[in-house]
Amino acid sequence: MDLHFTSDEPTADEREAVDALLGPPESSWRGGARDPHADTRHVDGGRAVRELRHLLLPALHALQGRRGWISPGGLNYVSARLGVPPADTYGVASFYGMFSTTERPPTVVHVCDDVACAPRGAEALCAELERRCGPAGSSQDGRATWQRSPCLGLCERGPAAFVQQAGAGREDQSLAPASADALEAVLRGREVPERPGTGSVPQAGSPELRLLTRVDVADPASLDDYRAHGGYRALRRALQVGPAEVLRELHDSKLAGRGGAAFPAGVKWKAVAEAPARPHYLICNADESEPGTFKDRVLMEQDPFAVVEAMTIAGYAVGAERGFLYVRGEYPEATRRLAHAIGQARQRGFLGANVLERDFSFEIEIRRGAGAYICGEETALMESIEGKRGEPRNKPPFPVHVGLFGKPTAINNVETLVNVLEVIAHGGDAFAGRGTAASTGTKLFCLSGCIEKPGVYEVHFGATLGELIALGGGVRDGRPLQAVLLGGAAGVFVGPAELDMPLTLEGARERGATLGSGVVLVFDDHVDLKPILARIAAFFRDESCGQCVPCRVGTVRQEEALARLLAGGADEARERALLAELEQVMKDASICGLGQTASGAIQSAIRRLGMFGGRA
Amino acid sequence: MTHAVPIAPPRRLVELEIDGQKVKTREGSTLLETLRAHGQDQPTLCHIENLTPVNVCRVCVVEVEGARTLVPSCSRKAEPGMKVKTDSERVRHSRKLVFELLASSVDLSLVDARTRGFMAKYGVDPERFGPRAQPAAANQRDAAKPGHHHHPQPGLAATVAQPVKVDNDLYVRDYSRCILCYKCVEACGEDAQNTFAIAVAGRGFDARISTEANVPLTDSACVYCGNCIGVCPTGALMFKSEHDLRARGEWHESRQTVTRTVCPYCGVGCNLELHVQDNRIVKATSPLDHDVTRGHLCIKGRFGWEHVQPAARPARETDSTEKEPQP
Ligand SMILES: Cc1cc2nc3c(=O)[nH]c(=O)nc-3n(C[C@H](O)[C@H](O)[C@H](O)COP(=O)(O)O)c2cc1C
Ligand code: SF4
Ligand code: SF4
Ligand code: SF4
Ligand code: FES
Ligand code: FES
Repeated sequence: MDLHFTSDEPTADEREAVDALLGPPESSWRGGARDPHADTRHVDGGRAVRELRHLLLPALHALQGRRGWISPGGLNYVSARLGVPPADTYGVASFYGMFSTTERPPTVVHVCDDVACAPRGAEALCAELERRCGPAGSSQDGRATWQRSPCLGLCERGPAAFVQQAGAGREDQSLAPASADALEAVLRGREVPERPGTGSVPQAGSPELRLLTRVDVADPASLDDYRAHGGYRALRRALQVGPAEVLRELHDSKLAGRGGAAFPAGVKWKAVAEAPARPHYLICNADESEPGTFKDRVLMEQDPFAVVEAMTIAGYAVGAERGFLYVRGEYPEATRRLAHAIGQARQRGFLGANVLERDFSFEIEIRRGAGAYICGEETALMESIEGKRGEPRNKPPFPVHVGLFGKPTAINNVETLVNVLEVIAHGGDAFAGRGTAASTGTKLFCLSGCIEKPGVYEVHFGATLGELIALGGGVRDGRPLQAVLLGGAAGVFVGPAELDMPLTLEGARERGATLGSGVVLVFDDHVDLKPILARIAAFFRDESCGQCVPCRVGTVRQEEALARLLAGGADEARERALLAELEQVMKDASICGLGQTASGAIQSAIRRLGMFGGRA
Repeated sequence: MTHAVPIAPPRRLVELEIDGQKVKTREGSTLLETLRAHGQDQPTLCHIENLTPVNVCRVCVVEVEGARTLVPSCSRKAEPGMKVKTDSERVRHSRKLVFELLASSVDLSLVDARTRGFMAKYGVDPERFGPRAQPAAANQRDAAKPGHHHHPQPGLAATVAQPVKVDNDLYVRDYSRCILCYKCVEACGEDAQNTFAIAVAGRGFDARISTEANVPLTDSACVYCGNCIGVCPTGALMFKSEHDLRARGEWHESRQTVTRTVCPYCGVGCNLELHVQDNRIVKATSPLDHDVTRGHLCIKGRFGWEHVQPAARPARETDSTEKEPQP
C-alpha cells in the first residue's frame, strides 16, 4: 500500500520501544533508514503486510508505555512498520482510554469513582487528592497527574487506583485500598509498593470450594505447586479420551457461559469443532470491566495455571492451535502472572508443539486491552485483537462461524473456562448434579459495597440473595439494606423484599433480573442512590463505542434526562416517559448488548425502587 | 456499457412474509432489496448501493418474528419463512427515536426530500430533548479524550455543532452535519478510493471523522477525488463552490440544470453530471448506477472543470468560512 505520512519523525526512544516488539525494520518502506539503491528494488505490500495489523495494539502499548503518549512521529513509525494508514492508526489510538494522543505526564493515576468504590469513600479520596495535589488533569511538575476512572475491577479492596507509569523499565501497577497518602506519594514521584492481592476470597481453604480450591493455598507462580494441588489432571484426561468425548462431557455438564449471556458452552464448542473453515481460534475473554466485577481477576492472579490449562483443553476440543488471552489493560498483576504461567507451561511441555507428547500443538498469546469496556463484547474484542477500533459487529454471522480473522472462533469467559477443568476431571454428569436443573455447577459472585467481608464467593447455584449476603457477613456495621445492584451497571437494582430471590439463571429471569457477571453490590440505608445512578448513566455514555445512533446519542439523552431529575424541579412524569422511550429504542435497535442494557439499572431504580415518583 | 455474462447458476428464490403478504425474492437479497423490489421503500441513512453496508444508523430497522431485537433491513438477508413487519409499533418507535436523536444533535437541514418525507411520516420532534447546548469551538471536539466524562450542561441537549472546517480550495467539511454514517470512510478506503485519508476517531458521542491527529486535509493523504462528498447524505462534505454560494445566499437549485456527459480527461469513461447554475458549473457528481465507476470519480472529473468557465468572481471571504488554526 502506498501510504502518505506527515513529516513528523519518531524519537530514538520511540523507535527502540517499537523495534523491541517488532524487530528492526526491513526497509525504508517499513520505517527504516533510506537506501536509494535498495529502496527502488523492493516489492512490498499485499497479504504479508495486511497480516501485520493485529500487532497494532501491542505496538501502540509499546509507544504509550515508553513515552506516556502516542506522538505524531511515533504514530507515523508504527503505521509505517505495520502498513496501516496513519489516519486508521489514529482512529484506533483515540478509541482506547489508556492511550493518549496528546502529550501528558508519564505517570497517570486513575482513581476509581465508580459504583462499588463510591460507598467506600471514593469521593472523599478524590476531594482530598484535589486538595493536596490539585484538580484532576493538573500536574505540578509535569511528571505526574491524576484522573477519575470507571471501575478498576478491584472493588473488594476499594477505593481503588491504577497507575500508568511510562518510561523504559517502568511498569503499571494497581493500588487498593488506595489512601490519599499513597496516591500523593506516587504523584510526587516516590515508589509505592504494590500490595499483593490476597484476602480477596474469604472462603479460601474451605473444602466446599470447587473453582477456588487453590486460592491462597497453592503458589500461583509454581507449576509444581499447581500440579500438587490437582493441576493438569483434566488436560491429561482430555488428551486420553479425545476431543469428541470432551465435547460430550461438556454437553452433559450443561455448563452455561459465565460472561453474562449464559450461552451453553457445549453448544458453542461443538459448533466450532464442526465448522469446516480452518484454522479455528480460541479466545479467553479476560477483559472484565463490568462495574462491580472482579472474579476473573482473582482467578487469573491466584490460579493462573488453571486458566492456561483450561484454554489448552478448549483448544484441543474445538480444533484450535492458537489461543488468545485478552486481558483487561488495567490488570497488570494478572497479566504478569499469566505471562509467567504460560512461559512455565511451555517450558515443561504443557504448551507449544506436541503438548504432553501428543499429536496436538497449542500456543497462547496474551493481548492487553487498552481501556475500553466495550472490548469485553465478544465481537468488539475480536476487532480489537485484529488491530481495529473495538466496534461490535452485526450478528449474524456469529463468531462460531465467522469470528477472529473471519474464522470459526470459540470465545469464553475466564470463569466458564475454569469450570471446564471441573467438568473434565469429574465428569459432566457429576457437574450437572450440582446447582439446579437449569443452572448447573457453582457460581462465583462478587460481593462489594456496604458488605462486612467483600470478596469473591463461590456458592452452588440456588443459594438465595439473602444467604449470599449473610455469607459475606451481612450489611456493613449491621445497617439496614437499601438495595442491591445485581449484575453490574448492565444489571438491575433489587430491593430488600427480594432477598429470597434464588441466585440461578432462571430464578433471576423470573423476577425480571439478571445475574450478569455475578455482581452483588450492596447499598445500605446511608447511601444516596442518586449519584450512583448518575455514575451509571455517565459510564454508558463514556463507554459507548459510538457506532450506532440509539446508543451513541441515546446514552447522552438518558444522562441529560437523569440530570434534570436529579437537579429537582423537573416534571417527573414527563422525564420518566422520555427515559422509557429511550430505553425502548436502545433495547430494540442498538447493535450490541451495551446499548441494549444501558437503561436497565436506571429503569429498575424507577420501577422497582420507586425513585423519581416511579411505582415500586 | 458492458454486459456481464452470467457464469454462476441463477439464484434460487426464497419465500417470506412481509406485513402479512407472501413475497418471493432472490436468495442472498437483503430485506431492503426485497422490500424495494416490492415497491416498499424504507428510510436509510448509512446505506448506499455502491458501498458495503455498515448498518450503524439503525433507521431502517424492521421486526422479524422470533428475533429479540429489531434487525437492520439494509444488511439482513432474507431467509425462507421469515415473517417481517415494517410498520409495527416497535418499528415506528425506533425509527422515530433514531431520527429524533440524530436531528436533536446534528444539523439535518440538507438531507434529501425522501428522508424529510420519512421524518414527517414518523412525526419526528427533536425539540423535546430540550434547547441545544452552545456549539463547540473549532477543533474542540477533535481534542476529546476517550472515556473522559463531560457533564451534561444543565437543561441543555448536547450536539455536535462546531465551525466548518475550510482548509483547502476544493471542498469543506461541516461536521455539524455529520451523522457518522461511515460512508465517507468507506469511500475513501477499501470500497472505492483506497487512499485511507480519513477514519473514525474518538469514541461514543465524541466519535468523529478525522485525519491523523486532525491535521488539515492538505497535510493528509487526501487526493481530492471527492468520492466522500459523493456519498455524504447530509451535506457535511460539500464542494467549496457550493458552500460559498450558499454562504452568500446565492445557491438556487431551482435555477440549476444537470447535464450528463463523459469525463474528457482519460479513457476510463466515467460519467459526469455537471450541475450548472447561471451558466456556471457549480459542482460535479457521478451516477451511482453507472457500471464503470459506480458514482466514484478522481480529482480531474470531480473538480477539474474551472478551465471551461471564466475565473470565478473574486472570492469574498464569508464569515462562516474563516480558516481555522491548526490544533
Ligand atoms: C458491553 C459488553 C461487555 C462485555 N464484557 C464482558 C467481559 O468483560 N467478559 C466476558 O467474559 N464477557 C463479556 N461480555 C459477554 C461476551 O460478549 C460474551 O458473551 C462472552 O465472552 C462469552 O463467553 P461465555 O459464553 O463463556 O460467557 C460482554 C458483553 C457486552 C455486551
Ligand atoms: S450499542 Fe453502543 S456499544 Fe454497542 S455497537 Fe452500538 S454504539 Fe457501540
Ligand atoms: S476527497 Fe477522496 S481522498 Fe480525500 S478524503 Fe475524500 S474520499 Fe478520501
Ligand atoms: S461526513 Fe458525511 S459521509 Fe462522512 S460520516 Fe459524516 S455524514 Fe457520513
Ligand atoms: S474498583 Fe472501584 S468500583 Fe470497582
Ligand atoms: S440504513 Fe440500515 S442501518 Fe443505516
